[in-house]
Amino acid sequence: MSNFDKLKSIIIKQPLKLDCGKEISNFPLAYETYGNLNEKKDNAILVFHALTGDQFASGQNPVTNKEGWWNYAVGPGKAFDTEKFFVICANVIGGCMGSYGPGTIDPTTNKTIGTNFPVITINDMVNAQYNLLDHFKIERLFAVAGGSMGGMQVLQFVSNFPNKAKVALPIACTASHSAQNIAFNELGRQAIMSDTNWKDGLYDGKTSNPDKGLAVARMAAHITYLSKKGLQEKFGRNLQERSDLKFGFDADFQIESYLRYQGSVFVDRFDANSYLYITRAMDYFDLTKQYGGNLSKAFKESKTKFFIISFTSDWLYPTSENKDIVIALNAIGADVGFVEIKTDKGHDSFLLDVPDFLSTIKNYLSTTYLNINERRI
Amino acid sequence: MKEEFKVISKLIDERSRVLDVGCGDGILMEYLSKNMVVDVRGLEISKEKVKKCLSNGLAVVEGNAEYDLKQFPDLSFDYVILSQTLQAFMSPENVIKDLLRVGKKVIVTIPNFGHWKIRVDLLFKGEMPITKNLPYEWYNTPNLHMCTIQDFYNFCNNKGINIFKTISLNGQKTSKITASNLKYKNLISELGIFLLEK
Repeated sequence: MSNFDKLKSIIIKQPLKLDCGKEISNFPLAYETYGNLNEKKDNAILVFHALTGDQFASGQNPVTNKEGWWNYAVGPGKAFDTEKFFVICANVIGGCMGSYGPGTIDPTTNKTIGTNFPVITINDMVNAQYNLLDHFKIERLFAVAGGSMGGMQVLQFVSNFPNKAKVALPIACTASHSAQNIAFNELGRQAIMSDTNWKDGLYDGKTSNPDKGLAVARMAAHITYLSKKGLQEKFGRNLQERSDLKFGFDADFQIESYLRYQGSVFVDRFDANSYLYITRAMDYFDLTKQYGGNLSKAFKESKTKFFIISFTSDWLYPTSENKDIVIALNAIGADVGFVEIKTDKGHDSFLLDVPDFLSTIKNYLSTTYLNINERRI
Repeated sequence: MKEEFKVISKLIDERSRVLDVGCGDGILMEYLSKNMVVDVRGLEISKEKVKKCLSNGLAVVEGNAEYDLKQFPDLSFDYVILSQTLQAFMSPENVIKDLLRVGKKVIVTIPNFGHWKIRVDLLFKGEMPITKNLPYEWYNTPNLHMCTIQDFYNFCNNKGINIFKTISLNGQKTSKITASNLKYKNLISELGIFLLEK
């Protein structure tokens, strides 16, 4: 991992009591912002990233030199229009882009914290990021938004802080991680932990990393982000730079080569222990259980306008699970909109150029911002 | 805005909570929320129309009234509106039951199959009628359960549903329908607008 010194961050001084019982304090939370906070401070949108994202939602990530993970959605004139809105995005705790995580150096040992890092939850992530409101002196956010694990953070944020966001956009997510979700995450974790370089999580992060395990974890996960139809259309049974099968275990098929490539580039930018911690946080996420089996209670106090979006070909966080959130909100008469966007791009749709999805968000946000201002809600 | 929507909006009190079932492009919703102080939600089956509504900032949920009305609690709305959609459901009876469960009052409008033009078409042409309100061929119509104003009136009476008001709409003309003029209004009305209560 590169030097994070130049990245923006706040140091959270006051103690944060974690769900696991431990307490952390004086820890860094790295963030990035896009656009400008207006004078009334009523145009801020807090965007939450997914499993392998970071604070660089848009533009170029200065560490990886790659495009921001939500470049299609965040920027001037885009869905989250940074000419109108002030977009804040933080790296979750447990992450590996400058926020407090297992890759952070412990000054007492001069080594990475590794698996001595406490197990964190979505609730912990959200509570840490709440400090950004104080930092920017924002009384109320215009919106909170995110897809996948970002969507889970949206739900948790609104339930923890009922009136701190006027609009909530949970996208392609769930209120309760399913057995299938947990199973896929466990597969990834086992791949990492089976790599002899993992060393019980105490690898040094420089000379030896569990790259092979992390790459396999990424490959497996990547399949779950795409749809069968999407894969078939993009790759089919096409062969990789060869005219016939080679009767061996090289990447004969394009899809094999593609997955191997995805795995190999991932290990350059992501820390294996972070992958363990963040997938664990997702698995532990069960907002329904947090509210005694009644999801509606999570939003009982909220005056937030909800807009929930799912995708037809997303089988990882299917429409049915997104709809459970809609049902819970309707049960308490909350202000809720919901649409399932038609696309073959699978769970990854929320990160991709899906015009229907992006234009609906853009229009929804700009109209709602105007409506709220006119009615002074 | 359609005359029908003007009639509907006059039936609604200010400051009430309204659910528009089959809200389409959200034209009525928009009118209600801009011109009257009402809190309005929508349910719509067409993705395209839902996207349009959401783009206009309306609180619309994609769904099918036949299954998705269940998620709304009893009497959670002051008014539930169902405009010209009843005939398209598999089970209009169950939908009406659900509407009356969710809403304190229910406004149902039906395209009247008893209108004289329709009767004449069928009588003289011997073909399924095609009109402005019912523009489909028999083989592609989404309308599974057509009824007349008289039919719906009888249905309500048989099921013990209270009819508060019945309004006839013929072109731009509105008039009251009563028990005594029912037979006549059933002949000349293009639309029937019913205000119901359990």
